[in-house]
Amino acid sequence: MRSVSKLIGLALTLSLLLGINLHGQRRVELIGAGASFPAPLITAMADEYRDATNGRVTINYQSIGSGGGIRQFSEQTIMFGMSEAFLSDEIMKNIEQSTGGRAFNLPITLADVVVTYNVPGIDKGLVFDGPVIADIFLGRITRWNDRRIRNLNPDVRLPRHPIQVVHRSDGSGTTNLWTSYLTKVSDRWANNVGFATSVNWPTGVGANGNEGVAGIVRNTPGAIGYNSFAYALLNNMSYAYLENSAGNVIPPSFDATSAAANIELPTDTRILFTDTPNPIGYPVAGFAWMLCYENMEKNRTISNKQQAEELIRFIIWAITDGQQLSESLGYAQLPSAAIQKSYAMIRQMKWNGEPIGRNILDGN
Amino acid sequence: MKKRETDGSVLKEPNVKYQTSQTTLSEYLRKKRSFIYRTLGDRLFSYFIFALGFIVILTTIVMAIVLYKDGAEAIKRYGFFGFLFGRVWDPAMKIEFGAFPFIVGTLITSIGSLAISFVPALAVAIFTAEYSPRWLAHIIDNLTNLIAAIPSVIIGLWGIFVFAPWMRDTFYMNIYMWILDNNPSFAPIFGNPIGYGIATATIILAIMIVPYTTVLTVDAFKKVPKEQREAAYALGATKWEVVKMAVIPYARGGILAGVMLSFGRAIGETMAVAMLIGNKNNLPFSIIGPASTMPSVIVNEFREAVENIHLSSLIAVGFYLFIISLVVNLIAAYIQRKFSLTGARTV
Repeated sequence: MRSVSKLIGLALTLSLLLGINLHGQRRVELIGAGASFPAPLITAMADEYRDATNGRVTINYQSIGSGGGIRQFSEQTIMFGMSEAFLSDEIMKNIEQSTGGRAFNLPITLADVVVTYNVPGIDKGLVFDGPVIADIFLGRITRWNDRRIRNLNPDVRLPRHPIQVVHRSDGSGTTNLWTSYLTKVSDRWANNVGFATSVNWPTGVGANGNEGVAGIVRNTPGAIGYNSFAYALLNNMSYAYLENSAGNVIPPSFDATSAAANIELPTDTRILFTDTPNPIGYPVAGFAWMLCYENMEKNRTISNKQQAEELIRFIIWAITDGQQLSESLGYAQLPSAAIQKSYAMIRQMKWNGEPIGRNILDGN
Repeated sequence: MKKRETDGSVLKEPNVKYQTSQTTLSEYLRKKRSFIYRTLGDRLFSYFIFALGFIVILTTIVMAIVLYKDGAEAIKRYGFFGFLFGRVWDPAMKIEFGAFPFIVGTLITSIGSLAISFVPALAVAIFTAEYSPRWLAHIIDNLTNLIAAIPSVIIGLWGIFVFAPWMRDTFYMNIYMWILDNNPSFAPIFGNPIGYGIATATIILAIMIVPYTTVLTVDAFKKVPKEQREAAYALGATKWEVVKMAVIPYARGGILAGVMLSFGRAIGETMAVAMLIGNKNNLPFSIIGPASTMPSVIVNEFREAVENIHLSSLIAVGFYLFIISLVVNLIAAYIQRKFSLTGARTV
């Protein structure tokens, strides 16, 4: 019995070794790091992609936060970065100077933020528009039965309860998205608070992480906060419908989020499209980007052409077939507008001047 | 080398006497051991110990240097005291940073929790060391130690889901309503009764640091010589008087050590505080409203700090925290030396 299992083990080892040699290609490990928001999706994609390539390509993704992702990407300790904020002009310029080529921001998935609340006796579906929600988060609307909220929700009996604002205390892409929305819909917000991964909140209490905000909102009658849509959905929280720039009330959904991104995008996709112009788009949505160099040989972590090619293949797979995984995990799929822009960027990726991106895309 | 030899000879003499009764010991001592053990052993051991001790010192120094170096950008831009007393922390609009709100928050929560926990911790120690039967003392000791063993994130979770809502419904809300009815101008000073704020965090912190004071105090009580107590009893003191006059004064040094250890722990406590304090990054704070501490702002914003100056400011906050802890420890060491009395000098 023991000898049999030994034999099997030997055969397996041999076949593994031979398998590598038969394909004429070594195994490749793609190393990436960055934003924590897309981490579950990337991990699932990694599993799926490993199976799809018969274990030849593995992806090692460390969820260290967008800031860390951008920093490690600039320091070239990873093959690809991941961020919920696109690279700033300054970083783009620095990279162009140091590598002689651009850094690409490739949309990989979509993030969306919903307003969650706990008003006793009221289910999901309260309606807010931009100025009202901004004034709530500015602390200028302090009771649930404020006239401006009642006007938007004529059929709902709202209590006289004080509004308790709950926000994220940790820096997060969710906060970046949410505050960028508030910045676009309210001048007062734009002039006093602005947007970033963490801001100087004018009111409310801060809680750590999606789960922290959700915990306080659920425990506090009269609380209002913001969570990623998937989190609110999975935890059965009441969430609000928002009026978008076209004046339509949009219930949050994956389709509405995808629609928000299906607009005229700039060629480098570095855009915050909160308060989207798309009339059927949900107004608080944004990309999470994968970061790559145009001249891939300049990235010190990518040591040979094969690794670069495998990385490109993985990116192509992730923005096409890999998107099928999105909705079961709580992410919206990329719209065609974004995928087209990504293709255009992949076409420009080079290895020592050789257009490997274009070769792979045309070869497929 | 020479010293060892003489030590050996000193040992040899009495061994002859006890040859029959303590053969094992004398044989052990007399046995010829290898060269390495006899001559090198001691020296190697002392080098080894020295190296380990030195590594600890070195680590601390390197840590301070790294914190300073990475925080230098912020400290240079705002000035050492400018950053220390800067009241604005705005990573979005003005991109301006100052550590003062967090320093205030840290000092309030840690001193407050110390004030709340000191008397109960001392009482627990007196009860277990002096009053309770041994089996009960054993149980109480273990349970107190258990509090120290609970991960702070668990305490934080319990705080979010059980303690903070309970405090809100039982106390904050009622007091707030009473204030609104009787003296509305005091309401902003009292703060927002949402349950997550500086008061809740301080109380949780107090619970967390009780074991540190208690354990060291019990140890100090146990070290009080029997004669000390007996002398007090002989003078006709009651049990409480013995504790008050003979035990506590003698154990003062140990108690203070416990207090300082608790204080250090309270200053550095991160997760439970970050989860409960409400994380408001600007002054003024209110009594029960949200606030922020130095560790809590670091743990909150470090991961997603994209701007260089933001990251540098966070590390600079860490550097100031390092300094504050160092100062507290130095003061503690000084007080301890000054107040730990020998039996002869008590009362």
